[in-house]
Amino acid sequence: MTRSGFVIANLFRKKTRTILTVLSVIMAFLLFGLLQALSHVFSAGADFVGATRLVTQARVSFTQPLPLSMQPKLEAIPGVARVTNSQWFGGVWQTNTPLFVFAVDAPTYHDVYPEWVMPEEQWKEFARTRTAMVAGKMVADQYGWKVGQKIPISSNIYPQKDGSKAWAFDLVGIYDGKDEAWKKQTTQVFINHEYFDEANQFGKGRTNFFVLELAAGANPEAISKTIDTMFENSPDETKTQTEKEFNLSFVKQFGDIGLIVRWILFAVFFTLLLVVGNTMAQSVRERVPELAVLKTLGYSDGSVLGFVLAEAVALCLIGGLVGLGIATLLGGLVEKATGGQFQLPVDGFVWSIGLATIILMSLAVGLLPALRAQRLKIVDALARR
Amino acid sequence: MLKQIGAITAINIKSIPERWASSLVIVVGLAGVVAVFTALLAMRAGFESTLKASGQPDEAMVMRGGSDSEINSAFDRDSSDLIEQAPGIRVGADGKRLASAEMMVIAELARKDDVKNGANITLRGVQPAAFALRPQFKIVEGRSFTPGLRELIVGRSVLRQFQGAEPGKRVRMRGSDWTVVGIFETGDAYESELWADLNVARTTFSRSGSSSVLVALDGADGLDKLKKALGADPRVSVDVIRQQDYFSGQTKQFRQTIGVLAGVVTAIMALGAIFAALNSMYAAVATRSKEIATLRAIGFGGLPVLVSVMIESLLLALVGGLIGALIAILLFNNLSVATLGQSFTQVVFNFQVTPVLVVRGLVISIVIGMIGGLLPAIRAARLPVVDSLRAA
Repeated sequence: MTRSGFVIANLFRKKTRTILTVLSVIMAFLLFGLLQALSHVFSAGADFVGATRLVTQARVSFTQPLPLSMQPKLEAIPGVARVTNSQWFGGVWQTNTPLFVFAVDAPTYHDVYPEWVMPEEQWKEFARTRTAMVAGKMVADQYGWKVGQKIPISSNIYPQKDGSKAWAFDLVGIYDGKDEAWKKQTTQVFINHEYFDEANQFGKGRTNFFVLELAAGANPEAISKTIDTMFENSPDETKTQTEKEFNLSFVKQFGDIGLIVRWILFAVFFTLLLVVGNTMAQSVRERVPELAVLKTLGYSDGSVLGFVLAEAVALCLIGGLVGLGIATLLGGLVEKATGGQFQLPVDGFVWSIGLATIILMSLAVGLLPALRAQRLKIVDALARR
Repeated sequence: MLKQIGAITAINIKSIPERWASSLVIVVGLAGVVAVFTALLAMRAGFESTLKASGQPDEAMVMRGGSDSEINSAFDRDSSDLIEQAPGIRVGADGKRLASAEMMVIAELARKDDVKNGANITLRGVQPAAFALRPQFKIVEGRSFTPGLRELIVGRSVLRQFQGAEPGKRVRMRGSDWTVVGIFETGDAYESELWADLNVARTTFSRSGSSSVLVALDGADGLDKLKKALGADPRVSVDVIRQQDYFSGQTKQFRQTIGVLAGVVTAIMALGAIFAALNSMYAAVATRSKEIATLRAIGFGGLPVLVSVMIESLLLALVGGLIGALIAILLFNNLSVATLGQSFTQVVFNFQVTPVLVVRGLVISIVIGMIGGLLPAIRAARLPVVDSLRAA
């Protein structure tokens, strides 16, 4: 019998116990995978950007609009390559489903965000048609929108001149992301700021954000500072952040959810450690005479330690991999069921943390029993002392 | 029969200390499940009760039609004056109508634990009637703002989570400095806000109108009267909502999210705990198989053995559940946290571990204990007496 065969045979000497233990490990890692993905979602939206863009908003809060007349001033700052602007529309689909609709300056927006991919002709069409809108692939797929349709979207903020909040836009194009990561972010809808500005009842010539693309080699921090100093003490004081900081500040607002998730993970692992640790200790306790026989046959202390440790690793590895696998499937299902609105990516990041945890876990639960097995005195063990 | 059950159970329980390690698995597993379950739902209960307390049943919010939440609503001055004069509004002790046009703007303050990123805080511009409309309002430190001056009062909850708005400090918004002059308490969602004089806020934020009008309803039919009158007026298009309904509508999404999270996490953890409990109880039965067989040999029935194993499992589960509930109470009860509310601003609230939640947690632990004990108990009752006595 090979060594690994021996380990496997030992695992199955008490089938019920092994299966139950593996099942609890599976549950723990299933939860681990899902919660890691969740907490990753809460912090990761932030990683997902090019660092070369800055976002300028009103200092009080981004809900305070800034005048569009700031744009030329921003463009004139050395190191700023291009500027575009974006305004939250408060879009609502049908009766109650919120949409991420932004009124943007069509030509410059395309330049500043090359990550959104759509045929050039459609971009031109978007800029040309006043009532045009373009939608991300994910949102268009979810609601079954087709290019050429007129899409009714209401705003829960902006009424038109006649007081009606029911707007309608012509869908002229559906954009996608340039790579996998960006493809997963195509949940936004863009409309023409020019048309919006004219047709809405209040607030002329204003926008929520300016997005600045920096020239190669420009120093984002210095430029942020220049901008904010420039508008200091004016009625429209600004706050300029890198796109990453900007996203992060959104995510951080959800506050203590990350903390709660960490508490749960802690609880789960403490429990798991105990369950698996106890099983290992028990199985070594029961096998003391056998281990002594192994040693009598000439197996070294080290290899006996290895046998026990290998069992712990096998238990944790099987359970952990299956658990993470199920988590990956479930995460995918959740994403599909919500049409990509809610993503729970059990991705490479989660897997790598998961694998590291599996290794740590098996050492933590296996080491004590293994050491005990290593130190067994043959005479005492055979005599069951 | 009962005597037999009592005798075997007593033996079982007395022997627990000798095999404490595997018993501990059940206790800790259940403690984990119950602690997590209770803590998550305590968060939901706290959020819900904070917002529920904010709404009076005899007051109504008037917002622009289709706004859903206050931050999206806006009136010009004429409309809000018109609304304040509508029928169905109660008259206060001073002979004036109890109506307050209020403006909501979002300001930013830094979190205490994270200086770099600002969090959205509601700044509410209010009219004098605002205080009478919130009977729970009281100034606990300093004084209220002076109308006409750039002064702020700050809710106590804001100070728990955010910095930069302590009394005496200056808060900078739109190129102007505001002095914080006092702290107020309301015990509800309004306590997560900064308050200022409406007219000063209007000039500072160069707006002429307001976001909403809060009114006291006159009698039971006040709401209907007000709705009817404003609905018939072509000059305004508004939604009139009982204040209580408004706030309970605001919690819906949070309630659902936390409900789903708690459900999924508890279900997965519970399954894990069941497997662990099964494992321990099988082990317990296995180590005692000789003892059980002896009992059977001297005349004890199968059922008392089964019941005794079940009782042991339930007892361990219950102890675990109690420990879990205790952990939830000690660590989480009254823990102050903040999250984004529907208006995209921070709502500060405290976890509330209510007796109902504790009971539900204990029920869960008992159910898990029952499932975890049943199969091993059946095995124990069916142990072949002769083989077991011979073994080992």
